[in-house]
Amino acid sequence: MEALINRLEALLAENSIFTLQTLSYYGEGLSTTVQLVFISLLIGLVAAVPLAIGRGSKRRFIKWPIFAYTYVFRGTPLLIQLYLIYYGVVFVDGIQETWLWVLLKEPFVPALVAFTLNTAAYTTEIFHGAIKATPKGEIEAARAYGMSPALTLRRIVLPSAFRRALPAYGNEVIFMLHASAIASVVTIMDLTGAARFVYARFYAPFDAFLFVAAIYLCLTFAILYLFRYLEKKLLAHLQPMT
Amino acid sequence: MTRLMPSNTMKKVLSLSILSLAVAATSAQARDYDEIRIGVDVPYEPMEYRTPDGELTGFDIDLGNALCAEIGIQCEWVVQGWDGIIPGLMARKYDAIMSSMTINDERREQVLFSEPYFTPPSAWFAPATSELEETTEASLEDLTIGVQRGTLQDNYVTDMYGDVADVNRYATADDMVLDMEAERLDILFLDYPVGKATLLDSNNRNYKVIGDMITEPKAYFGDGFGIAFRQRDEALAEKFNDALESLEEDGTYDEIHQRYFGEE
Repeated sequence: MEALINRLEALLAENSIFTLQTLSYYGEGLSTTVQLVFISLLIGLVAAVPLAIGRGSKRRFIKWPIFAYTYVFRGTPLLIQLYLIYYGVVFVDGIQETWLWVLLKEPFVPALVAFTLNTAAYTTEIFHGAIKATPKGEIEAARAYGMSPALTLRRIVLPSAFRRALPAYGNEVIFMLHASAIASVVTIMDLTGAARFVYARFYAPFDAFLFVAAIYLCLTFAILYLFRYLEKKLLAHLQPMT
Repeated sequence: MTRLMPSNTMKKVLSLSILSLAVAATSAQARDYDEIRIGVDVPYEPMEYRTPDGELTGFDIDLGNALCAEIGIQCEWVVQGWDGIIPGLMARKYDAIMSSMTINDERREQVLFSEPYFTPPSAWFAPATSELEETTEASLEDLTIGVQRGTLQDNYVTDMYGDVADVNRYATADDMVLDMEAERLDILFLDYPVGKATLLDSNNRNYKVIGDMITEPKAYFGDGFGIAFRQRDEALAEKFNDALESLEEDGTYDEIHQRYFGEE
């Protein structure tokens, strides 16, 4: 490891911008971005499943609140949601004295909350669309076998809906990664935050932002590859026979 | 022959005196000011601005008047917009510029600067309830410091305290003040005049300055403001430098500094 660092240092000896110091900023930024995006996607995904089922419910008091939620969070910019949550919580009287403040004081948790609520809203709509597109025949067949509505949902509707939702959800993951670039406006040192720092420090916009763009590109390729693999495996029955 | 001799001498004397006159004339042009005009761009509080009844005032104005009094020449202020302030000096609309002009190499090619007379100070601001008394690596450990991204304050704090404290970087000073009020930040480091206007003058004295104002080291805080002259007026610049030195020695400088940058 030390030998590797020494070699890296020798490689960077001629470079005034990309020193070990600035690379460590980018490194920490990468870790923050990945954490932020991964955790918010995970919670968003888990929350979206019951929300998507509820969204298709016939009962109005379940259907409408969920629709209102997805409508608001898909209908307003993520940046505004982030501002409202980060600066808005401060105006709740006495929040600084509660246990919640330990979480909300740092910018990470407010950003995580904003990202999670946003991605959960989009994912809910993606799943809802996929559930609605279940062929009627499959449900009728399940009924004919004597399955209860709950069992039909668990065994027939959801598995095929998830498969159908996979390509659209892959896009959502990539969008979320790119949307996370706004985290730096609330002082989080994510990848973009690190790039802005290097830019301001060395007055070198091209070097700083091109480098960070390359990192985002690599992350995007990794996500694309993962989803292509999943689609190949899970949607094999839909591929044309060769 | 004999008649010509005195005439020749006359000619010599005459041409010599003309020469010396010319020398005297050019030297008077470059040296002997008994009154000068100084160009200034207003308003730029608290350095130069007008009182409600229209009179010029500010740190630059008071210091400039004190310098002229020390040298013993008459001074007149000429108000000039910033864009044309160096061309105006070249066009002899005035003989010096004293208008919060930062000394830098580009300007040095056009004008002659005095010694720096002022460096805009930065200062640490914290809530009035803060127990901090000084800003050292030990006292700032694990605190959250707010700075404006990409400013000289950011560079200074990152290099001096980046390893021991959390540094939160903001796009604007307003965002920073908002987070200070939200108790997300323990301490801010920013331009003293900006901090004074946003934190000390409003907010019912909820904030205070910790420690001294900071203008050193030069690598971070720059060369400061200088008085600009035409390149050939070296003697005039020298007079102002001497006067500046004596005002710093006799306490007049500190008194004027206190007037505009002191704490109430």
